[in-house]
Amino acid sequence: MDGFVRVPVREQDAKVRATNFKEVCLGYNKEEAEKEAARCLNCPNPKCVAGCPVSIDIPGFIQQVKEGNVEAAYQVISKSSALPAVCGRVCPQESQCEGKCVRGIKGDPVSIGKLERYVADSARELGIKPEGAKEKKDKKVAVIGSGPSGLTCAGDLAKMGYDVTIFEALHEAGGVLVYGIPEFRLPKEDVVKKEIENVKALGVKLETDVVIGKSVTIDELMEKEGFEAVFIGSGAGLPRFMNIPGEQAMGVFSANEYLTRSNLMKAFDENSTTPIMKAKKCVVVGGGNVAMDAARTALRLGAEVHVVYRRGEEELPARKEEVHHAKEEGIIFDLLTNPVEIHEDENGWVKSITCIRMELGEPDESGRRSPVEIPGSEFEIECDAVIMSLGTSPNPLISSTTKGLEVNRRKCIVAEEANGQTSKPGVFAGGDAVTGAATVILAMGAGRAAAKGIDEYLSNK
Amino acid sequence: MFKILEAKELTTNIFQMIVEAPRVASACLPGQFLIIRVDKDGERIPLTICDYDREKGTVEIVVQAIGAETFKLSKLKAGDCLADVVGPLGNASDLCFEDIEELKKKKIVFIAGGVGTAPVYPQAKWLKEHGVDCDVIIGAKNKDLVILEDRFKEVCNLHITTDDGSYGRSGMVTVALQDLWNEGNKYDHCVAIGPMIMMKFVCKLTKELGIPTVVSMNPIMVDGTGMCGACRLTVDGQVKFACVDGPEFDGHKVDFDQAMNRMKLYKTEEGRLMLKAQEGDTHHGGCGNC
Repeated sequence: MDGFVRVPVREQDAKVRATNFKEVCLGYNKEEAEKEAARCLNCPNPKCVAGCPVSIDIPGFIQQVKEGNVEAAYQVISKSSALPAVCGRVCPQESQCEGKCVRGIKGDPVSIGKLERYVADSARELGIKPEGAKEKKDKKVAVIGSGPSGLTCAGDLAKMGYDVTIFEALHEAGGVLVYGIPEFRLPKEDVVKKEIENVKALGVKLETDVVIGKSVTIDELMEKEGFEAVFIGSGAGLPRFMNIPGEQAMGVFSANEYLTRSNLMKAFDENSTTPIMKAKKCVVVGGGNVAMDAARTALRLGAEVHVVYRRGEEELPARKEEVHHAKEEGIIFDLLTNPVEIHEDENGWVKSITCIRMELGEPDESGRRSPVEIPGSEFEIECDAVIMSLGTSPNPLISSTTKGLEVNRRKCIVAEEANGQTSKPGVFAGGDAVTGAATVILAMGAGRAAAKGIDEYLSNK
Repeated sequence: MFKILEAKELTTNIFQMIVEAPRVASACLPGQFLIIRVDKDGERIPLTICDYDREKGTVEIVVQAIGAETFKLSKLKAGDCLADVVGPLGNASDLCFEDIEELKKKKIVFIAGGVGTAPVYPQAKWLKEHGVDCDVIIGAKNKDLVILEDRFKEVCNLHITTDDGSYGRSGMVTVALQDLWNEGNKYDHCVAIGPMIMMKFVCKLTKELGIPTVVSMNPIMVDGTGMCGACRLTVDGQVKFACVDGPEFDGHKVDFDQAMNRMKLYKTEEGRLMLKAQEGDTHHGGCGNC
């Protein structure tokens, strides 16, 4: 072993996993983890930490793994992250911690994500919990949304001793972790639920089935229910459609709907009463992680799946690992292709989609080459389902029912990056509700920054 | 968990329940709906709020057992719990935001079909409480299927019509509306709630008569908060999400044919589940999926 190559991680065979919803990546065992941990050079000035949005002491926890001290490793991570089992699985490490690892200059970077996952999974099996607050403060804080930013903010505030209540609109906590990211990437019962239980074990209260802006407003929470500060982590859950002809045909879904049915409502499971369309041939429009998730879900439900994306392979916004997994499982990529019209049969069901070939033009101001249609290159793909995965934007429900809360023209809440402060005193915000759709770990970073901001605000009040 | 305080069968397959849901009860207005889930394996289904009691923290729902989930719901008794009740969702009726003095000058008619009778009730009741008179036409297949008659009588001028003429007037709601119009009831505003096909034909008639008409759409929903678009429909050429932009829309601008078509999406799947729910352990075949 020359140390330039990372210890490979075991995965379910592509042919087998394409037919089930069990987790694809099986993770490291003790021996593999310790071997991989030994590759870490324990840099005195670690670049990887700077690449992590919540600045986990990466060499610190990896040295503990190397010596076999899982509990100590877990406590190091817990100081910075409330959801290590999640982040170890879904962070785009290649552009964050691992992208900065000096080992990556010559050879493979250290598998930081897989090691974090190993630590969190082992700690869970051993029943190790994060440490809660020693002293309670008699101050109530409301957290709107139980996605990554809300859970992080709530966890941090609870550790500081605040009395925190999370309000969640759906019947289950986790946000995109439960309704968006599929079981085969992020198991719900074993990983997400347990991680949320850890946050609750810190003393955080959770009220599900509460739609802020409908069931109760932020102003009411502050004026009538005694919350002295509020964190808005409501995400960006409003799906976009293309507005092309035929989009209302039966068999056209937003990725949000399709994934919510499958992930949150467990429609893939025989015991669930929520139906889902099991397509024969499905076209997924878009190239992000959500598109990959939708495509791989449709495949597992028995469809031949085509991903239609208007740019090329290099420009696919999805993680490389996800694209690789999708290809292994048999997803077909129709790149430099854009839908023009959806056709329906005499009963109103999708029967085909007309697409047009694209080529990449000159780079625009942002440096991205924009796709241009090739005239006359239209062609038809026969299919019985189309899943639109074109991105999402923040739901205006909260901003439109909260007095004095400033939003920008994309309906994103305006908040200070350093502390999450919004235009309304006592109200903080972070995650996709502020930035528009981004990553789990960036949302967590924002939740952490806002927790600090809230603590400063309430300490000076 | 949300406790059921009262449960009874109003008529064949139509059930009335009073459920403890303090947050919904304190915030809801006529026209809004809620989403419930019976148990942990359950589907999220939208139900309109039929009445509410802010002090007791309860809401009343009226539900027709037509699918697996509503069938399961209909079997619950007082003392049982629902896993989830979320709401109020959607926008309240525009009537709640109009100037009361202006409303009093208007001649308003509600047209209620089948189980759609329930969501009309809170609107008529709200108007009564604010000193506004209205007419309500309840349409049912026959006498036995007329629901909430006594409660309606307290809050409006009630007209009942049955398809078979077994009670009240005879014929569809559209016939009743036309007759009332011919009898000199010149309505300025109409609200129709019921099966989509009924709302479609009411709108056709009110367009001819020149009565502005509001309908309450009831498409397939999942979350009910605007995050999925399952409930999307076309209104005046624009795509709208019924759960956040509605459920009430200008009936003369709704594309009903498209909306009705989209209701068929899970028809076979629903049938299969319904059969499974009804037959329980004795379920073996007949659903086309075994």
